Amino acid sequence: MAECCATDNGNKKKINYYIPFLLIPFAVLIYIFLEQGVDFLVYGILQLDRSAHLTEAIRFFLYDTPKVFILLTVIVFVVGIIRSYFSPEKTRKALEGKPLFAGNIMAASLGILTPFCTCSAIPLFIGFVESGIPLGVTFSFLVAAPMINEVALVLLFGLFGWKTALLYASTGLLIAIVSGWVIGRLKLERFVEEWVYEIKAGDFQMEERKVTFNDRIQAGYTAVVDIVSKVWIYIVAGIAVGAAVHGYVPENFMASIMGKEVWWSVPLAVLIGVPLYSNAAGIIPILQALLEKGASLGTALAFMMSVIGLSLPEMIILKKVIKLPLIIIFVSVVATGIMIVGFLFNLIY
Amino acid sequence: MKIEILGMGCATCNKLEDTVRLAIREMGIDAQIDHVKDIKKIMTYGVMTTPALVIDGEVKVAGKIPSLAEMKQLISGQSRV
Repeated sequence: MAECCATDNGNKKKINYYIPFLLIPFAVLIYIFLEQGVDFLVYGILQLDRSAHLTEAIRFFLYDTPKVFILLTVIVFVVGIIRSYFSPEKTRKALEGKPLFAGNIMAASLGILTPFCTCSAIPLFIGFVESGIPLGVTFSFLVAAPMINEVALVLLFGLFGWKTALLYASTGLLIAIVSGWVIGRLKLERFVEEWVYEIKAGDFQMEERKVTFNDRIQAGYTAVVDIVSKVWIYIVAGIAVGAAVHGYVPENFMASIMGKEVWWSVPLAVLIGVPLYSNAAGIIPILQALLEKGASLGTALAFMMSVIGLSLPEMIILKKVIKLPLIIIFVSVVATGIMIVGFLFNLIY
Repeated sequence: MKIEILGMGCATCNKLEDTVRLAIREMGIDAQIDHVKDIKKIMTYGVMTTPALVIDGEVKVAGKIPSLAEMKQLISGQSRV
């Protein structure tokens, strides 16, 4: 969500579409041999003491940083290409006239794939509501769009494995579907500012230029440049924090406050996470540090979801079109969903 | 010629306005530039992503910032991006 939409792609040099494909084998090779390479560098060339905390921290940092960047680049590139097939206008068209529950499922799924940024939240909200898409369906979209984030997905996959990544994506989707459905059932249309319904939005159809596959590759490339240039510093900083914790903070340090035996850790994590706003890149390495020191997965995931899924800036923007009671209900419903997911994970793991 | 920038004051919207100003200055064109921040007015154009660029009442770009070269082409009416 922090990756705010509009990009000036025209000023950058166009790349040939085959270049990314040529680079993929290299990326795969580096990824496969990374661990051996780092071990060789740390123990073989630098001759660092195997038992020292500092060595552990350096090794962790040297290994995780390239790994995460390779994953990030590849996934953001692919997602950039996929997103070029979607647009808010098309999504709106697809959602028109869909009944509540099916509409919620579709809206949440499209929320992941449609290019969206917080600064466009208002025109998008009005555009949806104005064309008759139910409020609940609109909210499913608005919850899913920031909550399920490709950068978060990559980092979870890279640092915790595919199961955690999958659990995050599927529960995030579920939260978006259910909270949109609940909001729809509550019939809260009266809490939308009246003028929203009075707007007569022009029906604008921008003539679609023929989009070639090369254009889509270009879109993927632009997404990589755009996102990586924005988040790299958070990722490096986060991994550094993770590395420091990895090497120095005692095992199970967090267990007493964020462990699964502590039932209130989940609500507390959500309570802290909701007003906080960070992009996924910044939060996940910290998550890793927490987990490694004994925080439970449910608590950590709940924290992450509340940080990236619900944010104060978004609420302030939405306040222009919806009244306070609806904002409060929206936050409460989503926060409850996140807490349930947190408890569930703590129970299962 | 009337050029409107639709956007509610986000950073990218201001960047779009800068690009427009730079383009018309370099082209030596006299154009009226409006930065439309009122959401009701923005919605009358039917865009769902901001910033958007409107030239003489017609939406040319929505949700992204064209490069300076593309902007000049848009202003001179040669193409759409």
